[in-house]
Amino acid sequence: MSYFLFFLLAVVCVGAVLGMIFSRNQAYNALLLVLAFAALGGIFGLLSAPFIAVVQIIIYAGAIMVLFIFVIMMINLRVGIPAEKKKWTIYLSVILAVFLIVEVIIAAKGSFQALAAPGGEEIASPKALGNLLFTEYLYPFEITSVLIIAALVGAIILVKKKEKG
Amino acid sequence: MIPGSYFFILSVILFVLGVIAFFVKRDLLTQFLSIEVMLNAGNLAFLAFARALNSLHGQVIVFFIITVAAAEAAVGLAIILLIFRQKKTIKSEDMNLMKG
Repeated sequence: MSYFLFFLLAVVCVGAVLGMIFSRNQAYNALLLVLAFAALGGIFGLLSAPFIAVVQIIIYAGAIMVLFIFVIMMINLRVGIPAEKKKWTIYLSVILAVFLIVEVIIAAKGSFQALAAPGGEEIASPKALGNLLFTEYLYPFEITSVLIIAALVGAIILVKKKEKG
Repeated sequence: MIPGSYFFILSVILFVLGVIAFFVKRDLLTQFLSIEVMLNAGNLAFLAFARALNSLHGQVIVFFIITVAAAEAAVGLAIILLIFRQKKTIKSEDMNLMKG
């Protein structure tokens, strides 16, 4: 059952990203990525990380992608991006991709043994995660709040229209 | 139980698809979206290893990555909006201000 769920979600996820590569419409691209990230949230759930799965769906598929869709609507290109004329960049990127896959697999070959280990059967509870987050990772957690404030203020200052006079 | 290597292979495939999308696409917004795909592939690899090594630290790292990605998306989209206001285009070939 869990194998079926995994392959279903994986196919949806990879298919949505492939659709993003072949589609020319930016709004469709963003919506396809919402689908991909929601499927990825399901896969996170299969990895016994329920809290991260929920955060993924709420923040990524919800908040971040809605931000993208807002900006796509504000930019509102009447004519879409024209088809790519230079075909060689596509071939070059496919060759690059094949090399990258082989390279990563070779680099991670030593850790497949660790990946096959049966550890981590039990569900990682949000309680244990919060415990770790507020004890050992307390300083990074607090620093993240400063980062978010800085990003928020920076984004508002950047986009604000200058007052005339 | 599904072996962790399945998840790792899926994360490699997603990362490489993100790289391809970044190079094939010609508008800044879609390139930015493909960066998000790459970040998510990294998250998946972190979670796969976290489960295999039976440690919660990987999940905490994923939590931070998601937060930083949200901040990065806000600032990046603001910059793209500024570029569009000034140049009336978001095609990446038109960003040639630094070209000699």
